[in-house]
Amino acid sequence: MSSLSSLNKKLFRDLWRMKGQALAIILVVACGVATYVMSISTYDSLETTRTGFNREYRFADIFASLKRAPESLTARLSEIPGIERIETRVVAPVTVDIEGFEDPVTGLVSSLPDRGEPLLNNLYLRSGRFLEPGRDNEVLLNEAFAKSHKIKPGESITITVNGRQQQLLVVGIALSPEHIFQISPTAFYPDFKRYGVMWMNRSAISTAYNMEGAFNDVVISLSGERSEEEVLERLDLILEPYGSRGGYGREYQLSHRYLTEELKGLQKMATVYPVIFLGVAAFLLNVVMTRMISTEREQIAILKAFGYDNLEVGYLYFKLVLIISAIGLAIGIYAGVWLGENLSNLYMEFYRFPYLNYVLRPSVVIISCLISLLAAISGTLLAVRRAVKLSPAVAMRPEPPVSYRATFIERLGLQSFISQPGRMILRHLERRPVKSLMTVVGIAFGCAIMVMGTCFGDAIDYMIDVEFNISRHDDLIVSFIEPTSGSALNELKSLEGVFHAEPFRSVPVKLVNGHKSYRTTLEGTSNENRLSTLLDQDLKKIELPPEGIVLTEHLGKLLGVRPGDRLTIEVLEGERPIKEAQVAALVKQFVGVSAYMEIDALARFMREGSAISGVRLTFDPTYRADIYSRLKDMPRVAGSLAREDALQNFNNAMAEQIYIFIFFIISLATIIAFGVVYNSARIALAERQRELGSLRVLGYTRGEVSYILLGELAILTLLAIPLGFIIGRGLAKYIIDSMQTELYRIPLVIESDTYALSALVVLIAAVISGIIVREKLDHLDLVEVLKTKE
Amino acid sequence: MKESLLKENTATAKTAIFEVRGLTKVYGMGEVEVHALRGVDMDLYEGELVVLLGPSGSGKSTLLNIIGGLDGPSSGTVTYMSKNLTLATDRELTEYRRRHVGFVFQFYNLIPSLTAKENVSIVTEIAENPMDPADALAIVGLSERKDHFPAQLSGGEQQRVAIARAIAKNPSVLLCDEPTGALDSETGIVVLEALDRVNRELGTTTALITHNMDIASMADRVIHLKAGHISEVLINSEKLSPGELVW
Ligand SMILES: Nc1ncnc2c1ncn2[C@@H]1O[C@H](COP(=O)(O)OP(=O)(O)OP(=O)(O)O)[C@@H](O)[C@H]1O
Ligand SMILES: [Mg+2]
Repeated sequence: MSSLSSLNKKLFRDLWRMKGQALAIILVVACGVATYVMSISTYDSLETTRTGFNREYRFADIFASLKRAPESLTARLSEIPGIERIETRVVAPVTVDIEGFEDPVTGLVSSLPDRGEPLLNNLYLRSGRFLEPGRDNEVLLNEAFAKSHKIKPGESITITVNGRQQQLLVVGIALSPEHIFQISPTAFYPDFKRYGVMWMNRSAISTAYNMEGAFNDVVISLSGERSEEEVLERLDLILEPYGSRGGYGREYQLSHRYLTEELKGLQKMATVYPVIFLGVAAFLLNVVMTRMISTEREQIAILKAFGYDNLEVGYLYFKLVLIISAIGLAIGIYAGVWLGENLSNLYMEFYRFPYLNYVLRPSVVIISCLISLLAAISGTLLAVRRAVKLSPAVAMRPEPPVSYRATFIERLGLQSFISQPGRMILRHLERRPVKSLMTVVGIAFGCAIMVMGTCFGDAIDYMIDVEFNISRHDDLIVSFIEPTSGSALNELKSLEGVFHAEPFRSVPVKLVNGHKSYRTTLEGTSNENRLSTLLDQDLKKIELPPEGIVLTEHLGKLLGVRPGDRLTIEVLEGERPIKEAQVAALVKQFVGVSAYMEIDALARFMREGSAISGVRLTFDPTYRADIYSRLKDMPRVAGSLAREDALQNFNNAMAEQIYIFIFFIISLATIIAFGVVYNSARIALAERQRELGSLRVLGYTRGEVSYILLGELAILTLLAIPLGFIIGRGLAKYIIDSMQTELYRIPLVIESDTYALSALVVLIAAVISGIIVREKLDHLDLVEVLKTKE
Repeated sequence: MKESLLKENTATAKTAIFEVRGLTKVYGMGEVEVHALRGVDMDLYEGELVVLLGPSGSGKSTLLNIIGGLDGPSSGTVTYMSKNLTLATDRELTEYRRRHVGFVFQFYNLIPSLTAKENVSIVTEIAENPMDPADALAIVGLSERKDHFPAQLSGGEQQRVAIARAIAKNPSVLLCDEPTGALDSETGIVVLEALDRVNRELGTTTALITHNMDIASMADRVIHLKAGHISEVLINSEKLSPGELVW
């Protein structure tokens, strides 16, 4: 210890003395840093892993599906300039029977070359073995699907292709860059149990699907010599006669797109949250340092009187802050890495990678250091400056008795309602409006972060209510393999137990507005339909116009169109008609981005009769199993999804992640709320110790003295709570606005429960802080108060 | 003025290390202005021990603080060794305090989180030619208590630590604001002896504020302040040693 200068000893003893407060700040800084490290490293890890997986396993750049083309066409396709590799495939929609699972399960069987590795979209084998050449009863399952049913290599499954049942031996579990996120093209959220991707030998699936000597799917990688658009243009030209829906790049590849959107969200989270948490940390540091330094003005003056210069004194306090933030930083980085690894693994449940490269870039650590340093510096600079500016002679005098005056309330003539201690509280508050305000703002931030974190739960509830209760009334959606005549509707209607059935038509389209375009589905429905309704902002039903198109609000934003604007619809199936249409309205939808049209208008546009793509129906739950088994027997039925299952999927895919997230935010918010309130109470105690001690000496009881201090804290806390609500709402809006993706848009909904909970947490923090302070007040050393000056 | 006459008569041989001219200090506190000093002219000579006497509020501390470079005047000048302190920058004042001045404050002003010895070290660590902090504490008779924190010391003991702290750096000027205010006469004499010794043996120019007329007997000169003015300057033809003082 002797090597330590006296100044440093003072530093460490001061630090030890204020350990409670320091801990609170440390935790707040740690929270900010942890969020940053967690989200950035998770983002980096997923992004790096995806890039690596895509590269190593040769994820294709271009995808196209068609009705049927002869294998001989491959040679022509290969001649398209700019192509590196090309592989044709047979892809067949299937239904799957899994023992012990009643619900309809659909899937996709994709062909693998009979011999050798696929040229593109290679598979990673998780367990078992690859397909043996020439075996037509072997199948590989995608991991997400296999795991959800706990199917292991060696077990068998039954699939129905083209109406024919086939028993297959599962030989291996695999992963593909094409299906990192396994989702049915007709669904908005993944359903690992009811939709699965599988792979079979090309010859086997060709035979089963009547595709011998032909293909219906092609994947291409680019050499880089030509642009994607050029290649797509040539490709579409060649494939058009074969019933192609048009090629598309990775950005529209379902799994890739979902992951991209998810990563975007993560990246936003990585910027928004740390800003908030570190902002609060900086604010807290500022308030604490300003007030701590003001209680130390006398000591600063002594040091200066003996010839320590401003820099030396400033550096002393600076070191204090540096130590505090360095500890916070260290904890934050450690916790951030831990959380990041866990969060990444959580994502791995949804996004199937063969491995995860956990990446912590040095720059993330450096930036964390810089950010927290910046927070610490900005938080302290002013306070230290102000402290060293004070002339030592002035600083060393006991603070002059301040000029109190009658408060506003007293001037209103209400003093008779307020006790003497009450008046002391009010005068004290009114005399130091800035300090009081800072405390209020600090506590309000604690409350605000609670509101911001918790409101996601309300948002989810609201989304569920709107998506699954208000706008949907069906029990089941049945979709057909291909557009079907109206008779299919009657067939379903006549099933026993079905109450009501409504058809819809959905068509893959490309919507174009100037240079902006978007591939999505255009759904035709009828205004008579009761089972699904389109809603506007105020949840009022939108009537489909006889002509024109209705877009999901977010789609309108993506395309840059508003009601009244015109856009071009390019259909990607059948005769591929193109036409201009007017945007009639924008519809409020939280999930996905779709377009809607009156079903008859769509039929005219498509130049088809009464083709339907699917049916929504309601049924008597007692007939559930019967209906399901009948559906399985209908060859044209591609799949069906019950509303309750969809809800379940939604919960799994989204709500669960968000709940974990909410839990995380609430933990942080609690720490912050507590940190702020506790610090405010401790500083108030430090500042007024002498005054309150003197009152004790004068004969005030412990209770009365505590009342003066804690009453002040109570008033500040009560003022802070409503302010916290307002700030919290602002923060929530800011975050939610930044979290809008094509996958989902979280609405800004804050229920009174959320406000109540936030207020409660702040109040509890205040009560606990109050108890600690009261404890300290009770043990106030009166002798010491007398011994020191004043 | 009577004062200047006296000065010329008696102190011509000595060089003035401080020259205070026309010093005023006005504290503006909102509506009320407090004139703490209203034009003070004064010299301090090398190696002398001066006692400042005056009623409470007469401006003693204010004057001492300005001389010590802790505060600036509203008008007037203070020259130290022909350097104008009133024109000095903040940095220069810090340098001045660091190298030349030792303070003993009216309110002890120890650093509560440091022990007695550390409170002394904090000054010796930045001084050019300091004593050993333990020696400084020995001078004020506190060797035994060097590891105690201020809160564990009596008021008088705290004051002695403050004195040890002021003398430990071997300053050229020692400015003491009521160093014995809180002490009984016995301890007070111990402290004054320490100051006297430093003054005699090291030739440290010492200015000492007190309310106690008796202490004035140990001074070379006694300056009386009254309402911000110097009302009287007396020269002790016969200086008493602190041991001879009684109060
Ligand atoms: N920072 C200040 N702000 C306002 N007034 C001040 C300030 N410092 C001193 N004063 C006033 O200036 C006058 C002189 O104060 P000073 O402290 O110099 O008196 P003093 O002679 O040392 O008195 P005491 O013997 O009581 O210590 C007093 O009226 C005091 O109230
Ligand atoms: Mg004084």
